[in-house]
Order: sequence, then structure tokens, then C-alpha cells
Amino acid sequence: MEKPEYTIGVTALNAIDNPGPGIPVIRALREAKSFNVRIIGLSYESLEPGIYMHELVDKTYQIPYPSAGTDLLLERLEYIQDQEKMDVIIPNFDAELFSFIKLQPKLKAMGIHVFLPTPEQFEERLKVNLTEFGEKYDIPVPESEAIFSMDKIADIANDYDWPVLVKGKYYDASVVYNIEQARIAFNKISSKWGLPIIIQKFVHGTEYNITGLGDGKGNTIAAVPMRKQYITDIGKAWGGIAVSDDHLLELTRDFIAKTKWQGGFELELMKNKKGEFILLEINPRIPAWIYLAVGVGQNIPEALVNLALGKRVEPFKKYSVGKMFIRYSWDMMVELSEFEKISTTGEL
Amino acid sequence: MKIKNNIAVSDSGFVFNPATGESFSANPIGMEIMELLKKGTPTQEISNTILEKYETDAPTIDKDLHDFIQILKQYTLIEEHGKA
Repeated sequence: MEKPEYTIGVTALNAIDNPGPGIPVIRALREAKSFNVRIIGLSYESLEPGIYMHELVDKTYQIPYPSAGTDLLLERLEYIQDQEKMDVIIPNFDAELFSFIKLQPKLKAMGIHVFLPTPEQFEERLKVNLTEFGEKYDIPVPESEAIFSMDKIADIANDYDWPVLVKGKYYDASVVYNIEQARIAFNKISSKWGLPIIIQKFVHGTEYNITGLGDGKGNTIAAVPMRKQYITDIGKAWGGIAVSDDHLLELTRDFIAKTKWQGGFELELMKNKKGEFILLEINPRIPAWIYLAVGVGQNIPEALVNLALGKRVEPFKKYSVGKMFIRYSWDMMVELSEFEKISTTGEL
Repeated sequence: MKIKNNIAVSDSGFVFNPATGESFSANPIGMEIMELLKKGTPTQEISNTILEKYETDAPTIDKDLHDFIQILKQYTLIEEHGKA
């Protein structure tokens, strides 16, 4: 049977030391068994490596930053849609998700499908709402408090005991051991990501991450747990291994069933000394290490596209345990004329 | 006391715990002991087997075997009888 060809827009082409998920998502889509793809890169900056990876990305358009508002984004997407007739967009940045969730009906009217969490799901799993989330769904989470002023740090940290985690509302986190370090982290993170800042109790243990896909009706379509083996200075996995832990998988299925999660996600969990899993964070999108899931037999981006297009997707039942990923960096040679084109025309 | 069922030990002494993703290297004697533990062999019997095979004495074996088993426990590679 001939495979259909879909045109798919993908963001987060920043395959850098703190990589966005765009490139591994595209790699997964190119390996899809149920369809062929034409990939439209959607970039924010002219130096995102994916723009120049022509074997993966067919054409790239720059889009406005989320801070510019949804009207500008919609206008730009209308222009791109006139040229490209995209079937699906997979947004991969936390900071842009809200805009795409909000624009969902308008995108659908333009013929663009997305498969994202509902506004309620997106809202209630925010870092600032994690405590309430844990209570509502009976999932263990670390104590945390969102603060708008530096004066509050000392009270909270003394309650929790040092060290504590200082977290930005979207990205960034620092482990701090005293009030001076906490103040520095507060300033550094708030100047980049704004307020509030979240102060979270530090949980000692081993970190596990799970990526998965919920169909929006409470069913788990995919779930792959990973343990980081090689961690960069900023805590990103540079190497990881697929593990098999029934408790972790049960917890993931329970999370999806209770929240009726729709779309891709990543759960960040800590296994404490007692062997209990504590949920540290829910990322409402596909993680940058998604290719491990593809490599062990669960092509989550392919399944997500099929769900976005309203197709029936059978849940994945197994994956290969013990397979690893190791990231590497690669210096691409780029002609100045290409850089010039994307910088001046916003297209390449 | 037994090596957990899901723990894989290869011929080269590479030990992999699929639940945690951790891996270890065991030397030939470590591998031999792990194989015996995997079959559920009692520690006294393991001591006797090693004593018959290698030039050493019982107190040394008992001490080293005890240390090795403690390491296996620390890495959660071992389970007490009757536990899952």
C-alpha cells in the first residue's frame, strides 16, 4: 500500500548543548513506517543548527517569539500555510506551547492539526501548581512554593533544610546550599524567565525520566523510562539507557489515566532511598532524548502525528531494555549565503 | 539469598540491572560466585566450592565472600529468599 505524504511543521531546531527536541523528532518522523514526510522547520533564531541540516529539514521559516503575542504568530503561520499546506505542527518548546494551544481552533480551520494537552492540563501541571497537582491526583511530589520576592527564600529554605532547588517557571534550576547562593540563583533565573521563582525541597536519590504519549482519553499509547548515564553541567542527559521498572510504568499509566493526558510528555522523577518515586516535574511536550524511545521500538512522534490526524493508533506494548543513547556534537560547514538568506528573508 | 532474576550476567562478567540501568564488571571469581548465587546455592556451599578450587584458606574466603555479598546487596542485585 502506498504511504501518504504529510507536511509537518516542527519547532526547536536548536540542536545545541542544551538541545531542543526538534531534530530528534524530525529524525523519528523520517523513519515513520506509516507515512512519508516533508519537514517544515519553524525557527526563532538564525543560528539554530536544524535550519542548515537540509537532509532533515526541507524548508525553514522563522516565526516570532512567543512574547510577541499570538496574533503575530498566527499571521506568520497563515503566510507559511499558504506556501506549504502543512498537515500537522509539532511545537516542542515549553514557552511556545500556550500560544499553539490557544491557536488550535484557528490552526484547524487552516488545515493544520496539533495534538497538545488541553489548556487545563497545561495549566495544572505548571511548576507553580505542582503541589496542588500532586494532591489532586494522589501522586507524590516534593514540597515547593512559588515566590515573587527574594525575602521569602530564607523562611522557606530553613523549613525545607538546605540544599534547596531554585527553579524558573519554564526552564533552569539550581541546587543552592546557602542563602547567598539562593539569592544569586533567584536573580539569575528571574532575569531570564521572569517571576515567580519556585523554591523546591531537594530530594536525594536517583533521577529517572519517562517519555510517553497519552491519547486524551486516559489510554497510554507509549511509555519509555530512561536513566541518565552522562549528565552535562546543566543537568542534561548526554547519555542514557532504557530501563525496565514496573513501578515506573505503572506510575506513568496512572498519571495518564487520571489526567486523561493528551499529547507527548516527559515525567522527571527521583527515586529516594526508600525506593519511592517522587514526581519532580511534568514537561508537556516531547523531550530532547525522544530518539531513544524510537530506537527501542516506540516511535512516539509518528504515533502523535497519526493521533493528530484522527487516525486509530494501537498502544505500544514493549520496548528493548538496555539500549542506550550517546549524544555527540558535530561541526557543520555553512555557506554565508545561507545564513544571509535566513537572516534577511526569514526563510531558507 | 539469590541474584535477582532480571539481572543479566554476560560471559565477559558484564552485569546489567535493567530496572536501574546500572552496569558493573565482575572478575572471573565474582562471576563464578554470582552464577552460584543465581542458582540459589547457600553461601557455605559457595565457600566450600571456592576453597576446593583455589589455593586459599577458609577465613579469607568467608571474609571476601561476605564483602562481595554486601556489595551485591548495596547495588540491589541480590534478593533475600521469599522476597520478590
